[in-house]
Amino acid sequence: MVVDTKLFDVRNISFSYENEEIFSDISFSIDKGDVLCILGPNGTGKTTLIKCLNGLHDIDSGEILIKGKNIKKLSFKEISKHIGYIPQSHVPSFPFKVLDVVVMGRAPYLNLTDSPKKKDIDIAINSLKTLGIGHLKDKEYTNLSGGERQLVFLARILCQQPDILILDEPTSHLDFGNQIKLLEIIDNLSKAGLSIIMSSHFPDHAFLSSNKVAIMKNKMFIDFGSPDDVVTEDNLREAYSIDVKLIELDNKRKVCVPLKTNLELDL
Amino acid sequence: MNDENKEILSIILLIFLPIFLFFASFLLGRYPISPIDVINTILCPIFPQLEVSPTITTIVFEIRLPRIIAALIVGAALAMAGAAFQSIFKNPLVSSDLLGVSNGAGFGAALAIILSGSNAVVQIFAFIFGLISVSVTYLISRAYKAGGILILVLSGVAISAFFNSLISAIKFVADPDDKLPEIVYWLMGSLASVTADKLIMISIPIIIGFAILIALRWQMNLLAMGDEEAQSLGLNPSRVRLLVIAGCTLLTSAAVSVSGVIGWIGLVIPHMTRMVVGPDNRILIPASLSLGASFLLLIDNISRAFISIEIPIGILTAIIGVPIFLYLLKKGYSEWS
Repeated sequence: MVVDTKLFDVRNISFSYENEEIFSDISFSIDKGDVLCILGPNGTGKTTLIKCLNGLHDIDSGEILIKGKNIKKLSFKEISKHIGYIPQSHVPSFPFKVLDVVVMGRAPYLNLTDSPKKKDIDIAINSLKTLGIGHLKDKEYTNLSGGERQLVFLARILCQQPDILILDEPTSHLDFGNQIKLLEIIDNLSKAGLSIIMSSHFPDHAFLSSNKVAIMKNKMFIDFGSPDDVVTEDNLREAYSIDVKLIELDNKRKVCVPLKTNLELDL
Repeated sequence: MNDENKEILSIILLIFLPIFLFFASFLLGRYPISPIDVINTILCPIFPQLEVSPTITTIVFEIRLPRIIAALIVGAALAMAGAAFQSIFKNPLVSSDLLGVSNGAGFGAALAIILSGSNAVVQIFAFIFGLISVSVTYLISRAYKAGGILILVLSGVAISAFFNSLISAIKFVADPDDKLPEIVYWLMGSLASVTADKLIMISIPIIIGFAILIALRWQMNLLAMGDEEAQSLGLNPSRVRLLVIAGCTLLTSAAVSVSGVIGWIGLVIPHMTRMVVGPDNRILIPASLSLGASFLLLIDNISRAFISIEIPIGILTAIIGVPIFLYLLKKGYSEWS
């Protein structure tokens, strides 16, 4: 008998921060190659949920299983071999060279007193090349543009050789063109077998690169499923409290257009 | 010159600078000794056929050698601890006594002095109170649930101020004819009274401290990215930070216990070193060891050879360190902001 183990299985998880419940009873699962996009209005707890998913916060109840193993029973090091994480914002630190930042992704495979070896540096150089930014390797990462820096962090988590990438609003600091480039990279990575969980402010992004979408509001997922089923005018109205028009382009791609609310201020 | 050659050149310089200064320092002092005499004296224990006068042997081995080694060790320890603190607190403007070690040690020394302690007791008290002040700082920060780095730094400020007022209290009650000057002199920092015994007493904490910081130097890069990122890279940030703080505290307490309070080295040297070799702790930590050792030895040489009255070294490091710091601050702002 084959036991059906999901790659990443989230069962009835809840989390409160100092007696204030952030979310409760959320369940979902993803498989190899899935891209899950979590949508939802500001302040709904997407970032908190994401931090729970990779073990940065301890959940109050429920369980999170990676390949059948409970995340609570794994060390930080074991989690980091399965999950790579890019936070929403990064406070720049010292002007490290790009290669030094990327090679940090090898930490899960090194002992506490080790420094990276030649093999680790080769892996780091390779992931820079994979993302087409090999030429940045000796630059200071603090001097890069937002788009380049995001790719550097992506290269770093590729070095971790994880099964799942968890990205908290990976496009939020990027310009129009870089947003699409990043989504296409995510698409490529999922085709290469990685699973991705990301949060986003843009419902359009769900159509561009994901095969699963969740809409988070009022401490729960109000819907979860394929982009076509979930990103609907009704759901978007409920999530963002505005009217949205869905338009299908000639190549069958859908886009979401928010309609004006005719808000009038008494100025 | 390309980047790689430049890197190799700076590494060679960093290795040979303290070695060169070590030998050169034997030549300085009120009693003139020639370079040949120095070499002969140092080689004498290995080659007994060399002829050296007993006076020169005494000066080299019992007066100059302990003092030179003390300057190297104290400078290296303070600079390395400062570099480590700057990295793990993500702040280039903190120094080795961030968590209150200097004032704690100062209180220990002052207490031992009024209790009529011998030199050894003063040293042991200074060392132990240095450890105590950082431990208290650390425990206070752990008592706050959502603590983190900010609480740690703030409790360091508080504990530092607390021990500072205890030092003032002891000064206030100390006998102004003999105890008070001794306390004041100790707090200014000096290497004049260093003996081989004092150095042997600190050898174990110094070796452990150096070993911890050298071993964890790459992990400090990860800590410099912030706790959440470090954890997502598989590190236990609070555990590694505790280890680094323990290493730094052993180093600074041991250093302060032989030399008294010597300021500015733990702030200026790591800063300067980072400008030379960059922020990567794999190189920064050993490089600040080298520059810290060289800098303090150089200043100590100035204090004992070129100025007729011996000025406490803590004063000289501040007089030389402050302008350097202000210059770096101006230069550094363009790089860190």
